[in-house]
Amino acid sequence: MSDVLQLSDVLVFGAVLFVLSLAGIFLNRKNLIIILMSIELMLLAVNTNFIAFSSYQGNMHGQVFVFFILTVAAAEAAIGLALLVLLFRNKHSINVDDLSEMKG
Amino acid sequence: MGIEKLLFYVFAATAVLASLGVIGSRNPVRAALFLVLAFVATAGIWLLLQAEFLGIVLILVYVGAVMVLFLFVIMMLDINLTPLREGFTRYLPLGAVVAVVVLAEMSLVLNPQFFGLEHFPSPVALAAGDSNTKMLGQLLFTEYLYAFELAAVLLLLAIVAAIVLTLRRRKQGEVLYQDIGAQVRVQAADRLTMVKMPAVVAVKEDNKKESDDE
Repeated sequence: MSDVLQLSDVLVFGAVLFVLSLAGIFLNRKNLIIILMSIELMLLAVNTNFIAFSSYQGNMHGQVFVFFILTVAAAEAAIGLALLVLLFRNKHSINVDDLSEMKG
Repeated sequence: MGIEKLLFYVFAATAVLASLGVIGSRNPVRAALFLVLAFVATAGIWLLLQAEFLGIVLILVYVGAVMVLFLFVIMMLDINLTPLREGFTRYLPLGAVVAVVVLAEMSLVLNPQFFGLEHFPSPVALAAGDSNTKMLGQLLFTEYLYAFELAAVLLLLAIVAAIVLTLRRRKQGEVLYQDIGAQVRVQAADRLTMVKMPAVVAVKEDNKKESDDE
């Protein structure tokens, strides 16, 4: 193990964050709010990988990508929460199991 | 151990513990606050990786706007939490197994043998007068200008979508709405009728009566 921060350290950190949010979707598969938060955490892990590679390769294009991912994630959060509010207004529940009426 | 690596471990441990809190806490408000902590710790790591602009943007936009939106929604909705926790222990073994397998596979690839300092040497510090924000801006406003404008349109679309989705039109009569078109179209003649009354004549007749009585 080296004394200097190396790329693999950051990549493993991103992987841990990604795996934790994946487990979060598994565990809280009924709570829509926690699922949305886990998706945000996943995007954060991916962004960390982008920034790590961008920094260690001296290439700014990765950071531009992170900028756009942040934009899309903000839009996704806004629309996702609007859908959640709409859902709660109609069903008085955010349980994923209550949303099965489109099942064939 | 260098200060950089020490800081990295502190931030990484905070972020991992906070994300454990996100997926494990019973209360959604607490989960949102843990998510804020995870974002702040990760922003610290981004700063360590010389991405100053994005680190600050993460705190300003994410912690300042998106997470506050999350908290607003959570506190606005009156959620019954007990049915939402069902299945947590049921899916715990499966989730843990999937997580461990995925993490093990990723660590096999992402070890220092392939991504160590021999292949990716430490980034050199920027020259004086050069800044991360300037470099990012130079790319954004030249090569990625079209994508940048598309991102602006996307944000506008998100605003419109969020408003349209949550706007609630109530039934007629329940709430009174302002119809600006009808207000503009209205003519003075529609609302005001001039009525002529022979007021002066009546007074004269009264006077006559009074004089007759005398």
